[in-house]
Amino acid sequence: MTFLGWLTIFLFAALLTVLAMPLGRYMAAVYAGERTFLDPLFLTPERLFYKVMRVDPKRGQDWKAYAKSVIIFSLFGWLLLYFILRSQTLWNWTGLNPQGFHSAPWNVSFNTTSSFVTNTNWQYYGGETTMSYFSQMAGLTVQNFLSAGVGIAVAVALIRGIIGRSGKSLGNFWFDLIRTVLWVLTPISFVVALVLVFQGSIQNLSHYVSFNGPTGLANQIAMGPVASQEAIKNIGTNGGGFFNTNSAHPFENPTAFTNLVEMLSVLVIPAALVFMYGKMVGNRRQGYAIYATMMVMFLGAACVAYIAEAHGSPAQHAAGLHTQAIAGSAGGNMEGKEQRFGIAGSALFDVVTTVTSCGAVNSAIESFTGIGGAVPMANLSASEVIFGGVGTGLYSILLYVLLAVFIGGLMVGRTPEYLGKKIEAREIKLVAIGLLITPLAALLSTALATASAAGRQSISTAAAGSPQGFSETFYAYLSQANNNGSAFAGYSAFVQPNAGNLGSHGITFANLLGGFTMLFARFAPILFALAVAGTLAGKRVSPAGLGTMRTDNPTFVILLIGVIVLVGALTFFPALLLGPIVQGLTNHLYG
Amino acid sequence: MTLRRDIVTSAIGILVLTLFCGILYPLVITGISQVAFPGNADGQMVYVNGKLVGSKIIGQNFSLQVVKHGKPVVDKSGNPVTVPDPRYFQTRPSATAPPNNAASTAFSNLGPNNVATEQAISANIRAYLALEKPYDPELTTAKVPVDAANSSASGIDPDISVANADIQAHRIAAVRHLPMSTVLRLISQYTTGRGLGFSGEPGVDVLELNLVLDRMTGGRG
Repeated sequence: MTFLGWLTIFLFAALLTVLAMPLGRYMAAVYAGERTFLDPLFLTPERLFYKVMRVDPKRGQDWKAYAKSVIIFSLFGWLLLYFILRSQTLWNWTGLNPQGFHSAPWNVSFNTTSSFVTNTNWQYYGGETTMSYFSQMAGLTVQNFLSAGVGIAVAVALIRGIIGRSGKSLGNFWFDLIRTVLWVLTPISFVVALVLVFQGSIQNLSHYVSFNGPTGLANQIAMGPVASQEAIKNIGTNGGGFFNTNSAHPFENPTAFTNLVEMLSVLVIPAALVFMYGKMVGNRRQGYAIYATMMVMFLGAACVAYIAEAHGSPAQHAAGLHTQAIAGSAGGNMEGKEQRFGIAGSALFDVVTTVTSCGAVNSAIESFTGIGGAVPMANLSASEVIFGGVGTGLYSILLYVLLAVFIGGLMVGRTPEYLGKKIEAREIKLVAIGLLITPLAALLSTALATASAAGRQSISTAAAGSPQGFSETFYAYLSQANNNGSAFAGYSAFVQPNAGNLGSHGITFANLLGGFTMLFARFAPILFALAVAGTLAGKRVSPAGLGTMRTDNPTFVILLIGVIVLVGALTFFPALLLGPIVQGLTNHLYG
Repeated sequence: MTLRRDIVTSAIGILVLTLFCGILYPLVITGISQVAFPGNADGQMVYVNGKLVGSKIIGQNFSLQVVKHGKPVVDKSGNPVTVPDPRYFQTRPSATAPPNNAASTAFSNLGPNNVATEQAISANIRAYLALEKPYDPELTTAKVPVDAANSSASGIDPDISVANADIQAHRIAAVRHLPMSTVLRLISQYTTGRGLGFSGEPGVDVLELNLVLDRMTGGRG
């Protein structure tokens, strides 16, 4: 561990807060339809979108109408993406398939499509050997924008439900979606993409480049429109890499500075949404309380991961390596990590992308130490509420807030209420089921995949028969159920002997189980969150009295952390023990 | 009624949003990048005497093809069998096939507690010692920097640690008949610092360093 390593972690947290606060205020104005400085740029395209799409943005939708729009729009997104991925050679005329790649098999395409539409971006394929530029741009990049837009829209709808003073309207889905794309995602992506190119990311439509190096060896370098996709990949907490090695690839993440930029762009919207929430409910302290909860858990995770990775792995020590810092090398577990990011830059990136639903990686999580690998799993076990995905994080933690209010209410013996609205049996039932869907999907899928021979064939040879094999499986379904997308990447379901997909086949079991897990764990919680919003929207607000439990002070922050940890721990602790923790507590080598 | 409306709006919406986010946005970024940062946008390609030799930020394998009876030797998967070229600084171990394949990047995905991992690391250490110890007799396993024994994430890490470069400097100085001080000076010249002065680790760009050595003492025909 080094002083600069620690500085990176804490300076990053400070930078994030400084950036997120004004963005939160700006976003509150965007969704309230108030004036913003980008109006001159986007008001005309906005009107155009409404006109072409035949939308009346002022028409309020109750929760069922809102949910229906979300589901149908996502369904059409799914169909178009699946079509694009399956018809890769059909688009050769655009010139955007210079390598002449064929389509991936149906089962891998099913998994990929479900993955990108649900904001998961789990990838069984390697980008540079599978996808044409057309698929990356018109297919995957589009869902990077839209799945993020849908997530934020749902969060905004839930907030409107919580603050609603009368009636049933949660706002208008199309208004929220178009405004998110135009006012939030596009401008930030635009700036970040150009910063990335300025620092060395590539952005072209060329053939892959062949050359002979100084020693005469032949090599080939994959090209593509990388920076534009990289930017929205992080900003939309999507995480699907242009290349197989994701943000470890020098063209996706060329310098230690871009590593910082990418981490900030992953967290800035989820963090801003919390401040936006405080502004929208008219009590900023409510936002600060949630922000504090998230930040405490985030920093805790980052510190544990950094310490664990800086210590090094049992395999390194068994081979006789010394892993402490020496002059000219920071030491640590450098297996599957890039020199320019180092241990701190890799551990922090890993925590940033697993507390959110981003799932991008700049290092191989599978090669993390036992405890280092337990950190992302613990983050996922908290159901993506430590900042969480764009939108998904906020609506999920609000469900936890309601649960905490309910438990707190039971403790003080009063009818629980939140922001003046009574939380009653119906809401708590919806909240409880909504929060249990993700763990249920994760554990059920893991059990199926572990217990069946069809599932076990996805485990990598090196990990078979060891706790690492269980970790791979558990991580795969935990990640897909949480719509995260990061992986213990040895777990595979795509056999691809040649670049370009000729002669390749997918493992149907893992592709389908994962695909359905992602779809279920994305849309079921959305329905429950909107249903909660719907029932809250019509409730009368009673004035706060002396006995009202406050939800904007440190006591509530502690209660909220307690509830999140308790639910996560009770649900996932046994599974965590079997995989990463067993490895973290021993120096034994398996296999 | 509202269902039909949702279907129409969704169908049109997904098409126009695809045009906006999937065609317009990436093409605009491509256009601006190609005009404003043409070198970066095309991958910072490096040419020697007009011949492309690689990208500044993509690590490559500085090895020689093994030739037997006038024919290049290949392994079971058809990839060339190579030995490190002692005239060049060597990049980090790579898990791609063949090593440093920049058209098919891959992690090693070796777990922290697996025998396979220990074996891979030990093999990397043996190869490193075999190459460097003749020129740096005091080198032992315990002194091998972690980045020289652990495979990188991308498989095409362009950088090595300064400690790693300083060890290899013994070999380079001997093989290229250069004073050690000159090689060490070049290393510090091609070391990239931390992001904003605090984030990440310093790294030595191997390709740039090797090319400047070639310019000073002559490359391979």
